[in-house]
Amino acid sequence: MSTEHSTDTVRLDEGHHVGDGGIPAQFANPGLPPHVHRMADESEAAAKRAERQVAGLFTLSILGTVLFLIAYFAFDTAHRTWVPGIGTVSTSNLLLGVGMGLGLLGIGLGAVHWAKTLMPDEEVVEERHAMRSSDAARGEFVEIMRGGGEKSQLFRRPLIKATLGGALGLFSLPLLVQLVGSLGPLPKNHLSLTMWNGTPDGEGGYTAYTARPRLVTDPESLPIKASDVTIGSVYHVLPEGLLPSPEAEDEHLREGLHHGFLEEKGKAAVLLMRLDPKDFQDTPGGKKAQEWGYQGIVAYSKICTHVGCPVGLYERTTHHLLCPCHQSTFDVTDDCRVIFGPAKRPLPQLKIAVDDEGYLIAAEPFHEAVGPSFWERG
Amino acid sequence: MNALAVRRRHPAAIFILLLLGLIVTGAGYAALAPKQATAATASADQIERGRRLFLTNCATCHGKDGLGSPVGPNLAGVGAAAVDFQMGTGRMPMAEPGVQAPRGKKVTYSAEEIADIAAWVASLAPGPAVPDAEYTTAEGGNAGRGGEIFRVNCAMCHNSAGAGGALTRGKYAPKLTDVEGRHIYEAMLTGPQSMPVFNDNNISPESKRDVIAYLKTMDEAGSPGGMALGSLGPVPEGLVAWVFGLGILIGAACWLGQKGA
Amino acid sequence: MSTTANDRPAMGLRTGDAPVSAPPSAGAKKLGGAVGWVDDRLGPAKGVNYLMKKVFPDHWSFMLGEIAMYSMIICLLTGVFLTFWFVPSAGHTVYDGSYVPLQGVGMSEAYASALNISFDIKGGLLIRQMHHWAALMFIVALSAHMLRVFFTGAFRKPRELNWIIGCLLSMLALVEGFAGYSLPDDLLSGTGLRAAEGFMQSAPVIGSYLAYAVFDGPFPGEAIIPRLYSVHVLLLPAILVGLFTAHIVMVAVQKHTQYPGPGRTNNNVVGFPVMPVYAAKAGGFFFIVFGFIALISAIVQINAIWVYGPYDPSPVTAGSQPDWYMLWADGALRLLPGWLEFSAFGYTLSLNVAIGALGLIPVVYGAMAAYPFLEAWVTGDKREHHLLDRPRNQPTRTAIGVAAIAFYLVLALAGSNDILAIKLHMSINDITYFFRAATFLLPIVAFWATRRICLSLQRADRNLVLHGRESGRIVQTAEGRFFEVHEPLDEYTRWKLVGFEGQEPLQLTAGTDAHGVASPAAGKDKLRARLSRLYFQDTVQPVTPAELEAAHHDGHAHEAIEGGSAAELEAGSSSGHH
Repeated sequence: MSTEHSTDTVRLDEGHHVGDGGIPAQFANPGLPPHVHRMADESEAAAKRAERQVAGLFTLSILGTVLFLIAYFAFDTAHRTWVPGIGTVSTSNLLLGVGMGLGLLGIGLGAVHWAKTLMPDEEVVEERHAMRSSDAARGEFVEIMRGGGEKSQLFRRPLIKATLGGALGLFSLPLLVQLVGSLGPLPKNHLSLTMWNGTPDGEGGYTAYTARPRLVTDPESLPIKASDVTIGSVYHVLPEGLLPSPEAEDEHLREGLHHGFLEEKGKAAVLLMRLDPKDFQDTPGGKKAQEWGYQGIVAYSKICTHVGCPVGLYERTTHHLLCPCHQSTFDVTDDCRVIFGPAKRPLPQLKIAVDDEGYLIAAEPFHEAVGPSFWERG
Repeated sequence: MNALAVRRRHPAAIFILLLLGLIVTGAGYAALAPKQATAATASADQIERGRRLFLTNCATCHGKDGLGSPVGPNLAGVGAAAVDFQMGTGRMPMAEPGVQAPRGKKVTYSAEEIADIAAWVASLAPGPAVPDAEYTTAEGGNAGRGGEIFRVNCAMCHNSAGAGGALTRGKYAPKLTDVEGRHIYEAMLTGPQSMPVFNDNNISPESKRDVIAYLKTMDEAGSPGGMALGSLGPVPEGLVAWVFGLGILIGAACWLGQKGA
Repeated sequence: MSTTANDRPAMGLRTGDAPVSAPPSAGAKKLGGAVGWVDDRLGPAKGVNYLMKKVFPDHWSFMLGEIAMYSMIICLLTGVFLTFWFVPSAGHTVYDGSYVPLQGVGMSEAYASALNISFDIKGGLLIRQMHHWAALMFIVALSAHMLRVFFTGAFRKPRELNWIIGCLLSMLALVEGFAGYSLPDDLLSGTGLRAAEGFMQSAPVIGSYLAYAVFDGPFPGEAIIPRLYSVHVLLLPAILVGLFTAHIVMVAVQKHTQYPGPGRTNNNVVGFPVMPVYAAKAGGFFFIVFGFIALISAIVQINAIWVYGPYDPSPVTAGSQPDWYMLWADGALRLLPGWLEFSAFGYTLSLNVAIGALGLIPVVYGAMAAYPFLEAWVTGDKREHHLLDRPRNQPTRTAIGVAAIAFYLVLALAGSNDILAIKLHMSINDITYFFRAATFLLPIVAFWATRRICLSLQRADRNLVLHGRESGRIVQTAEGRFFEVHEPLDEYTRWKLVGFEGQEPLQLTAGTDAHGVASPAAGKDKLRARLSRLYFQDTVQPVTPAELEAAHHDGHAHEAIEGGSAAELEAGSSSGHH
C-alpha cells in the first residue's frame, strides 16, 4: 500500500469529461480525523462520575476476594448446593470461583474503564522505519564475519574445517542413540499373541496352557455356562486367570495376574454373543462363524481393527457391532465383516467349545493379531 | 486338570460332551423357565382383563393373539417384565412409527392395567417376570462395584454418565437419568429393542442392584463443577469455549477498543 | 464537544495534557530509591523508556492474540498448582477418597490423585477446571488470532518468520493439550491414548517399534503417564514459552500492524503509548480474561473425570471424543474409508489410519507455514506491508481462508458425528456419508461463494463512495420525478473505502530469451502467470477521484468498475508500486 499518491493528471476517455486534469489518480490519505473529546474531558462532573465508577469496580474486586476467603474457610468440599439452571454443585467450587472471578474482573474492568474515561485518549503517531539494516551495517557485518574466518585461519586450514564439520555433525548422535535405543523394548511377536495363547511369562511371551482356558465374565471373573447364554445375550469376556476369580479352585486363577493385567486385557478382551443359528448368513463367513462358535454362541475380539477401541455396542436386532470411537460397524452374522466405517479387517474370531462341565472354553487362541494394523502383521 | 485334559482327547469325549451339554441345557431350562413364568401367580380374571385391554389397545400391531404382525413383534415369551418396561416407561403404545420407540413423556396406563396386560402376555409363553422389589432399589447395592459392571457392560452405549449415545442408522441408546430401578432391571433382563439381554446368569440380581445403586449415587452426586452440559463430553465443552468464551472475551475487547464515552 | 485544530491532529494536545515526550518537569522527582539503585548497576531506564513510549494500535481483533497469551499464562500458573498434588504414576491403588461411586475401585495413582484434587483438596476442583478451560480458551483464541492474521494479510513481509513461529506454536499447543488431556488416566483419556497407540502402529514399516518405544512395551504399560507428564509440564511448556517470547519480541521489533484508515500509513503506527493507556488496557484485559476463566470454572463443569471412571482397556464410553482442537483429526479418521488399508507380501499398510492420524496435521501446518511464500510468489509482491488488508479487498486470499475453514469444520463436525446423531435425531451413517462428500465439495462451494461475496462487497463500497449514503429523504423534482437524496461521504469515511491498492496480475515476460530460445524457467513462469491471473481475476479497483468526479457529473452512470476494462486506472495503480 502506497502512501504517496500521484497527483499526475488522469487520462480519461476523450469526450466523456474534460477539464479534470487536476484530479489526483488516487485519493490522498486525509490524515487523522479531528479529535472528539469525551464527556469526562468536558465536564468535571462526568470525570467525577467516571472516577466513582472505577473506584466502585476496584471495590467490587476487594469484595470478591473477601468472598473467596470466607468461602474457603466456611465450606467443606463435600458441601453441595442446588442452583437453579445449573444443578447440584459443590458450594465450595461455586463460591471460590465466583469470588476469585469477581476479584480479578473488578481489577480488570476498573483498569480498562479508567483508561477509557480518564487517561489520554488521543492517538499518538510513531514513525516506522524499514526493517532492513543499512547497507553500511550489512557491509560491516560481512567484513566482521569474513575477518573472523580469516583471523582464525578457518579458510586456510581445510583439515580443521573438515574435522570440525564432522564433529559438529556427529556430536548429537550419542544422545539420539541413547534415547531411541532405550525408550522401549522391541515388539518381537508380542502383538500377535494374547492371553488366549498361554499364561504371560512376564517378558511379553506366553507359556502354553495345559488345558484350554475358560471364558470368564468381565469384571466379575465368573465362568460361563453355554446354557446360560440365552439368545440375544451379550457377555463381556476375559480369559480365566487374568482377573482374580474368588471361587476358582486353582490358586493361580483365584489370584489372577499380579502384574500387567491391563496390558493383557487390552489384547484378550472378547465379546460373546448368542444368535439364533438361523440368523447367520449363508456365506463362507457366516458358516465359518458358526463352525468356530457353539450352537450360535460366537466370540470375537473386542479390540477394534481400526485403532483399538473396545467394540462393545451390540445391537441385538440387527446383529451389528459398533465401535463408539470411529463408528466402524461389524456384521456378526457374516463373521464380523466390516459393513461401515474406517476399519478394514473383520474382528478376529475366537474359536470356542464347551468343557465337560458345560462351561465355555477357548478351543484355540486367536489365529491372527488382534487390534490395530501394523506393518508386519501380514 | 492334567488328567482331565488327557481324557478330553478321548474319542468318546465329544459324545459325552454333547450329551452333557444337552442335559445341562435341558436341566437349566427346566430349572429356570417355570420360575420366570408369572402364570401361576396371575388369576384367570386378571388374564382375561389383560386380554381385553390388549385386544383394544395393542392388537393392531401385535396381532389379536399377540403373535406379532408385520408392524409389531411377536410377544410370546417376552414375559411380564418386557410389558412392564415398555408400558411402564411410556414406550408402548408407540405414538408414531419410527426406527425406535422413544421413552414416553407420560405413561398412559395405570399400574393395574399394565399388570393385567403383563399377566396376559406372560400367559402366552414363559418369559421373565417382573423382578423382585428386593433387587430393584439402590438400597443394599454396592455403588463402586456397580460402576465397574456398568462401565464394562453398559457405558459403551449409554455413556459413562448414562447420558445416552448413538447407535447405527438413527437408533440410539437412551439416557438413564431419572429411570426407576425396576425399569433398569427389566431392561437388562429383557433386552428391549436393540439392547442385548443381560439375564440373571450374566449379571446376577445382586450385581444388577449394584448397577442401580451406582446410577442412583451418580444422580445424587450432581455435577460438582457446575453445569454438566448434558454430560456429553468434550464436544459441548468446545462449543462453550468458542461461543461463550470467545464471544464474551471479544465483547470485552470491543468495549476496550471502543472510543468515546 | 470541541475539536482541536492542529496541523497534525494526532499530535494535538488538549490544554492541560503533558506532552508525551516532554523533558522531566522541574518538579519531577529524580530517580532514586530502589529503582535508582538498580539503574546504577544495570541502567535499564533507557530501554524501559523506549518500551513505555512504544505505540500500539487499538482494535478488538488485536486482542485475540492477547487472550491466547493470557490463557497460556493462566495455564502455566494453575498448572504449577496442579503439580503439587498430581501424582504422575500408573502404579495401582484402590480409591478411598470422598467420591462415593468410586470407593473401593482399583485405579492408577494418577487417576486417584486427580480425583483427590477434584474432591478432597479445597479449591482443587476450581484450579483443575480453570486449567482446562484456560487450555481450551488458549487454543480457541490462538486459532481466532491466526485467522485474523491470515485474513488481514498480516503474515506478509516482513512478518513471514513470525507467522511460521505462530504456526509452530499452534501445532505444539495441540500436542500440549492432548498430553494434558491424557494425564488423568480416566476412561476417556485412556481411550484417547489407546487410539494414539493405534495411530503409531499404523506408521509404515516402523509402526510397532514406534509404539513399543513410546509406551515402553505393550499398551498401556506404566511408562506413558510419567513420560507424558514430563513432556506436558517441562518440555513443551519450555518450547512454547521460548517460541512465544520470540513471537512477542518480533512484534515489538517490527511494530504492530494497523488497519488502514485516515492518518494511518505504511510508515507509521497510530495508537496509544504503553504508559499509561496501553499498560492499563492490556493489564486490565489480563485480569478480565483471568476473571472470566475463574467465573466459567465456577459455573460450568469441564472434563468430569470422576464420571468416566478409571482407565481400563475393556470398557469404553459412548461419546468418546478428544478435546475440541483434536476433533478435526479424529473426524478425518471417522471419514476415511477402510479400503485405504492394503496388504501385500505379508505386510500391511494402513493408510485409512495413517493419513488422518499421522499425515493430516503436519501436512496442513506445512501448507499454512508455506502460504506467505506461495502468495508472494503468485502476486510478485516483495514489499514490506504494515497496513492490513480488509478481507474483502483480497477476494482470493479470503476465499482460500474460508475454504480452509470449511474443510476444517467438516472434519471437526465429523469428529462429533455421534453427538450430532443423538442431538439431531439423525442416522450416524447418513451424517458420515454426507460429511465424506462435504469434505471435498464444501470447500469448493465456500471458495466460490466467498469470492463472489467479497467482490460484491467491494462493488458496494464503490457504489457508496460514488453515490454517497442514502439519506432516506425523498425529493420531488419540478418535473414530478422522485429521487432519493444521497449524501456524499466525508473524506475520512471515504478513505476507509478507497484507501487500498488496486492490483493487477503478473505479466508473463516472453518465454524465450533474446535469441528466441525457450528459457528453462518458461514452464514455471507460465504457471506463475496463470496462477497470478486466477488470483487477481475480476479484481475490483478502488474509486479514483476522477471517477467520483464523473459520478457527480452524471448521477445515473454506472461506471466501469472491473479492473480489466478500466484502462484509465493504469496511472493510478502504477503509482502504487515503488
